[in-house]
Parts: sequence; structure tokens; C-alpha cells
Amino acid sequence: MRRERVPIVVVVLAAIGAAFFILPLVGLIVRSPWRDAVTALTAPETVDALKLSLLASLSATAAGLLLGVPLAWIYARVEFPGRDLLRALTTLPMVLPPVVGGIALLLAFGRRGLFGSWLDTTFGITLPFTTVGVVMAETFVAMPFLILTVEAGLRSMDRRYEEAARALGASRWRVFTRVTLPLIGPSLFAGAVLCWARALGEFGATITFAGNFPGVTQTMPLAVYLLLDTNTSFILSLVLLVISLAVLVGLRHRWLGSA
Amino acid sequence: MRSRVSLLIVAAAFLAACGSGGNAASNSSTSTSLSGYISVFAAASLNASFNALGTSFHRANPGVGVNLIYAGTPTLVTQIEQGAPADVFASADTTSMDKLSADGFTMGTSRVFAHNQLEIVVAPGNPKGITKLADLAKPGVIYISEGPTVPAGKYSLQALATAGVKVTPKSLETSVTAVISKIELGEADAGIVYTTDINAAGNKVQGIQIPTADNVIATYPMVAVKGTKNSAAADAFIAYVLSTTGQSMLASFGFLSAA
Repeated sequence: MRRERVPIVVVVLAAIGAAFFILPLVGLIVRSPWRDAVTALTAPETVDALKLSLLASLSATAAGLLLGVPLAWIYARVEFPGRDLLRALTTLPMVLPPVVGGIALLLAFGRRGLFGSWLDTTFGITLPFTTVGVVMAETFVAMPFLILTVEAGLRSMDRRYEEAARALGASRWRVFTRVTLPLIGPSLFAGAVLCWARALGEFGATITFAGNFPGVTQTMPLAVYLLLDTNTSFILSLVLLVISLAVLVGLRHRWLGSA
Repeated sequence: MRSRVSLLIVAAAFLAACGSGGNAASNSSTSTSLSGYISVFAAASLNASFNALGTSFHRANPGVGVNLIYAGTPTLVTQIEQGAPADVFASADTTSMDKLSADGFTMGTSRVFAHNQLEIVVAPGNPKGITKLADLAKPGVIYISEGPTVPAGKYSLQALATAGVKVTPKSLETSVTAVISKIELGEADAGIVYTTDINAAGNKVQGIQIPTADNVIATYPMVAVKGTKNSAAADAFIAYVLSTTGQSMLASFGFLSAA
């Protein structure tokens, strides 16, 4: 690409735009009590919250892959009435305020919920206030990112490779695992990482549906919120920030490569 | 969360029609010279009562508009210290008031204007048959609490300790409202909140009284904020809350008298 002369107005507005995002981060870094970092990070409640966050967000990503990839495949490959509506419904949590999502989950899967009351009376299973509840809340909010990314990957791939494999006698499953999945690998990876990052930062739906208790449902964002006035919250925020930054920087190449 | 008491001409007309017949006017330090706006930063638990007090103060002083801003007490302290334009601060505990005062953000000494006490909150009809604090530890009872950084959560711990009850909450919620809504939705069986919160929730929940010996009495002080542009109106509002009219209004919402 040839170098162009960049209009000064664009540069100025872009600089303001960048500063808008960077200044809050600088504030967080400058004001963080670095001397307390080690104590804060090794405190039992921090370790609990970190472990739980990793476990729940990875489980949510696994659930997202298991249920989201088939959905994405159907959206990309199958024509049926109401497909657009169904796609909109399954990606709604992207724009829904997470607290509302949490209340909706309670109304469906809570102890008195539509489906949850049946679970409770039949099997004695209640989901709120459990780690499974955390995974459900995170999956609800994060899976749409995976669905949309994988669907885009499936739509943009060259289907002639699949047709060729089929013509050469490969079974549908073999075509899917040996041709389709490797071809959409980059978007599958990008979708999974986006889903995971969103799950890691999830707050509203989790605290509403699963509650907040150390070691059971208190993930990192919940711990940060409840420690609002102490030094530990700054350090925890930075941990989340570094993870997210690493994910986004790492993803950029994948994304450009997959386009 | 900001609600403005609108400058209703109707209200002024109503006041004119009523005349100055009662002794309410003499108690409520009515002054025709007061004008302008005041912003009252009040603890979240004062929401309903201060809306009523604001309206009534405005009727007595039609020249003064009252902006009411509600949030958790610690949040209000942070906002005022970060330069939010507050004229009056009404706190749900003395600790926060002492902090604001020690940091040099108050004008004059604070005045205690109300007390509040704790009650056990359960679903209507009390399905789990809870009559005392010890019942919270019964098997099969899902007890949830406010987190220890929330004043109500701190007081709940005190009350349970005084009564010698050991119970682990299923969740540490971020506010009294969150506790009440989870009991309303049937996800939890019991919590501990202020009497005034149960009053405000109407027939959606039911309160079980806690004996005075175990109860914790919360103290609500208020003060004019240093740097107020309208200290005359700010002082008048505080005097109005402390007047017989103000006190009886607070009592109607379930607060205990300041005396």
C-alpha cells in the first residue's frame, strides 16, 4: 500500500478518540497501589475468584462451542422460515442489559421459573447460587459472539472444497471434521476467544442469576465490584485488563488472516 | 438515579388554597426569601421518604427546586469527594458521615434525623415458618445477605452475632433491593433488611420483627456540604427534615424518630 497524506482533521479527531480510551486505562495504572500487588494477588479471596473465573469462563466457552457451532452451521447453510428471527433471538444478549438477561434466566431456570420449577420438583436441582448458574449466565451473554463469528466464517469459506471431498466419497462427518472445520479454523478460534473474553468479564447476568459468594459464584468482576473501595480491586481490574488486551492483540492477526 | 421534584404550579396553588392555617408552616421554617436549587445526595434507603419530603419542602418553599440523587452511601461519599455538586448529604450510617467530615467536605456539624432497624424479610405468608433469627440456620432455608461492605450487610452480621446464630448466606448481594427482589422471585427464602424497605415493598414481601435485644439500630445523619452555592436553602431543608412535619413524614415510612 502506498503512503497517503493523512488529513490533519482526521489525525486530530483520531487522537481525541484514542485518548478517550487510553486515559482511563492510564488512570487505572497510575493510581494502582503497586506495592500491594503481590499481597492482593495472593490473598485467598483473589485466588478463589481467579480460579472460579477461569473455570467458569472456559466452561462457558466449551458450552458455546458445543451448542453455538451447530447453530452457526444451521444459520449459514439451512434456509428455513423464521431463520432471521431465530438468529436475532439467539444473539439478543449482545444488546440486552446483562441484568435483564439475569432476570430472564431466573424466570426460566430459577427455583420458581418456568423450567426451573420442574427441575426442582422432579430432580431437586436448583441452579441459582451455584457454579453451574455462573456458567449458564456467562454462556447466555457470551455465546452470541461465537455464533456470529463462526457463521461469518462458514459463509465466507469456499464450499467447492467440501463438494470435492463429497465427490471423492468422503462421509458428511469426515467432510465436516477434515475440510469444513480446518477451513473455518481462524473464525472458530476468534469466536471462541471473543466468547471467552466476554464470559471472563461478565458481571450483570452472573450476579443476578447466580448471586455472589466467594468460592462458589464470586468471579473476578464481582470481587472487583464488591471491593470497590479497596486497593485489591485496582489490582484485579488490571489483571482482567492485561488478559483482555493480550486476547485482543493476539486476535488481530487471526482476524486479518481469516478475512 | 436522579429525580427532580417538578415545579408544579398546581402545588403552589394547593398551598395557597390551604393557607398557612396549621402549625406545620411555623415548624418547617418556611421562608419567602429562599430561592434557587439544591441537590440532596441521599442514601438509597431514603428514596421513597425523601421523594415525599422533597415535594413537601418545595410546597412550603415554592422558590426552591429540590434535586434528589440516590445511591449507596459509600458511592455518594466518593461522588461528593470527586466534586459532584451536592448541597445536602443524607447518610445511612455515621461511619460515612465521619469520613466525609474528616476529609473536610462538610459545613457545620451533622444532625441525626432518623433511625432505622432491621427485620427479617420473607415471602408473603411466610412459607418457611420463620419467626426468629435462629430459624435462618434451619436446614432447607435459603438465606441471602447483603455483602459486608453494604451497611445493611454489616448490621445483619452484628445482629446474627448478638443472637448467637451461625448461618452462611447463599449469596452476598450488592444491595437491599437485590435481596428483596430475590425473595420476591422466590429464589431465596429469607434475608435481613431495614423495616423501611419492607414497608416500601408493600405486600410483595413480609417482615418478621427482630427482638430489640438482638436488633441493630442504624443512625442516619445529614449535613450541608462544604462549597454549597445555596447554604440558606440547604440549611432550610435540613431544618425541615428535623421539624415535626418532616419527622412525622419519616415515621410514616417506618423510620424511628431521631430523638
